[in-house]
Amino acid sequence: MTETTMAQALNRALRDALAADPDVLVYGEDVGPLGGVFRVTDGLAAEFGAERCFDSPLAEAGIVGTAVGMAMHGGRPVVEMQFDSFAYPAFEQLVSHVAKMRNRTQGAVELPMVVRIPYGGGIGGVEHHSDSSEAYYAHTPGLRVVTPGNPADGYSMLREAIDCPDPVVFLEPKRRYWDRADLELPVRTESMDRAVVRSSGTDVTLIAYGPMVATALETAEAAREEGIDVEVVDLRSLSPFDDATVAESVRRTGRAVVVHEAPMFGGYGAEVAARVTEQCFHYLEAPVLRVGGLDIPYPPPKLEEYYLPSVDRILDAMDRLQWEADWFPEAPPRPRADAVPLPCNDSAGASAGGSDRSRSEVSAWAPSRP
Amino acid sequence: MKRIDDRAEPAPAPTLPSTEPIRLVDRKGHRVVDSAYPTPDHGTLLTLLRSMVIGRRFDRQAGALARQGRLAVYPSSYGQEACQIGGVLALAEHDWLFPTYRDCVALVTRGIDPVDTLTLMRGDWHNGYDPGRYRCAPQCTPLATNASHAVGLTYAARRKGEDVAALVLMGDGATSEGDAHEAYNFAAVWNTPVVFLIQNNHWAISVPVRKQSAAPTLAHKAIGYGMRGYHVDGNDAAAVYSVVSHALGEARAGGGPAIIEAQTYRLDPHTNSDAPQRYRDESEVEYWKERDPVARLEALLRAEGRLDDAELDRVAAEAERLATDLRERLSGERSPRGTRDAGRRGGPALSPDDLFTHVYAAAPPMLAQQRQALLDELRGV
Repeated sequence: MTETTMAQALNRALRDALAADPDVLVYGEDVGPLGGVFRVTDGLAAEFGAERCFDSPLAEAGIVGTAVGMAMHGGRPVVEMQFDSFAYPAFEQLVSHVAKMRNRTQGAVELPMVVRIPYGGGIGGVEHHSDSSEAYYAHTPGLRVVTPGNPADGYSMLREAIDCPDPVVFLEPKRRYWDRADLELPVRTESMDRAVVRSSGTDVTLIAYGPMVATALETAEAAREEGIDVEVVDLRSLSPFDDATVAESVRRTGRAVVVHEAPMFGGYGAEVAARVTEQCFHYLEAPVLRVGGLDIPYPPPKLEEYYLPSVDRILDAMDRLQWEADWFPEAPPRPRADAVPLPCNDSAGASAGGSDRSRSEVSAWAPSRP
Repeated sequence: MKRIDDRAEPAPAPTLPSTEPIRLVDRKGHRVVDSAYPTPDHGTLLTLLRSMVIGRRFDRQAGALARQGRLAVYPSSYGQEACQIGGVLALAEHDWLFPTYRDCVALVTRGIDPVDTLTLMRGDWHNGYDPGRYRCAPQCTPLATNASHAVGLTYAARRKGEDVAALVLMGDGATSEGDAHEAYNFAAVWNTPVVFLIQNNHWAISVPVRKQSAAPTLAHKAIGYGMRGYHVDGNDAAAVYSVVSHALGEARAGGGPAIIEAQTYRLDPHTNSDAPQRYRDESEVEYWKERDPVARLEALLRAEGRLDDAELDRVAAEAERLATDLRERLSGERSPRGTRDAGRRGGPALSPDDLFTHVYAAAPPMLAQQRQALLDELRGV
């Protein structure tokens, strides 16, 4: 076993893919002699030549667009977007062409291509270097969106993505590039479209992906000291979503928290929470909670610690999972007689000053701790 | 194979395109002498004419079908036949064509079943032909976004040792898009054999070309990329054919990609739902009708004794047969909820099942469930 970082595992995956298949090409900005700004393509140009690994003009739409053409004609391009925020010029290519080519040609043209995108914060990057852009891609049918959380998955999932007949947006958690694991490469982990239980537990399912998997595992350790047995599920594939693994876990534990770095509003966690609620409602002891980044543009590096979900913030969320039978320490406030009733489908129970538990009372359980 | 990074010697700067378009046949059907480009032989000119007569008849028929509600929409090519046909006929069979939504006439000329060229416009599916079979990409609606695909495709072909060039059709409006710029630049830097044929029909829906670009001609843009630029009379099929052939030949030989601006005019509205009287004067349309691409080639071939009424009648009859066939095959009624009878002529039978089949190579569980739910819904389960 050798200590291997995720960046090294990704590099090895690219190297092995280039060696295994002459149709594989690696290109993008600075991926040639420099080896990429994160050195993920280190040494590839030297080993495989400038025809297999090369620098392209600095234009993301052009990079992804040319990859479409290569994939249309037997190539297997693996292109790098230098940073999350710099991938946006390629968005139209991804949404209008990469995602749709197979469908619009009724299967006549498939695009086996990989778009690697380092994403997320936590590395002290200045503006436009720390976005979590996964929801934009996951919302697009036709794209596979995957993200490894550890070096072994970095290797195995990237190899699988390159072999995949579908286009894959491969999101690399840049703050985990330097995380180490004892690893013998090559390694084959679970299929990339499956979620994996990283740490078993019985009390609550903590759902995470990419950069937050390590944070989730840390949280599980801390929670255990507080007497809460946390199960950590690493989603790995954001699209398609592995409902079966997630639902199986939540039905066992009865509680779920989903965590990601991206802003919470309209974020990927909302989809996870909705799916878990739809599929596990009768097993749930508490609402599914989300822990995400703040609903603000990604902050400057000196303030990013306030933005990023932390172990403490996830523990705080877990505390709000209605563990106590007497969750309401005192009677929840009744609506005042002159209060405007909340909009409510239940016309009988919604009148101002209604005596029974109105919908406003039911929803008033929320966040304060007993 | 040429390595992508061995351009040690900078190529000599290309000369500026002429502001006067290259022309081989004037609007009266007279040959223009002194051109640096060869006029195609009579056989080729006859093929160009025949294809334009057929293409125009197809275009008229498709427009009629749109007005009858048989097509969801149809963007006319009327007046642009010389560009589309001159360009496509210059391609070798193994070359690739990258068309837009306005290029159905180009698709018909490429040999695709006319019914299948209208699958998109009919709303049956987003594309109706196998791109690999015809070396013709799906029609592209987001402007200029398929131009980089041509660059990538020819790059991949060259890696495999294949002699494949590509022709990208784009409009004047599309040249304003960032994707056009990126594709031009990638093509030039990678020295891929791609010819970008800009059909400058003077109107991007309602916006005139003077509001798109301040360049002397759109062909001048080529110079900044280190490419050759050509400015051609887009209503002169002989000139389009000759210049596209020349540019493709140069590109194949490693001389680099090229931009060709072809001056033409969209005689019809943008689509059947446009209202051109709101933005352009009818006299402008009349001006361009006097420069009709079909009439001038017909005049030349008649004057040179290569075309008589009998031959024209034969071509017209061929065009009419195509139109009748198209009309008949596209006049079937839809059955409820968008399904059609499997045995009916006029395209593949579609079922709601098809919605899920090709989103991914294999439908993930989520899609399999949605497919089942839809089928249950249709069965009234």
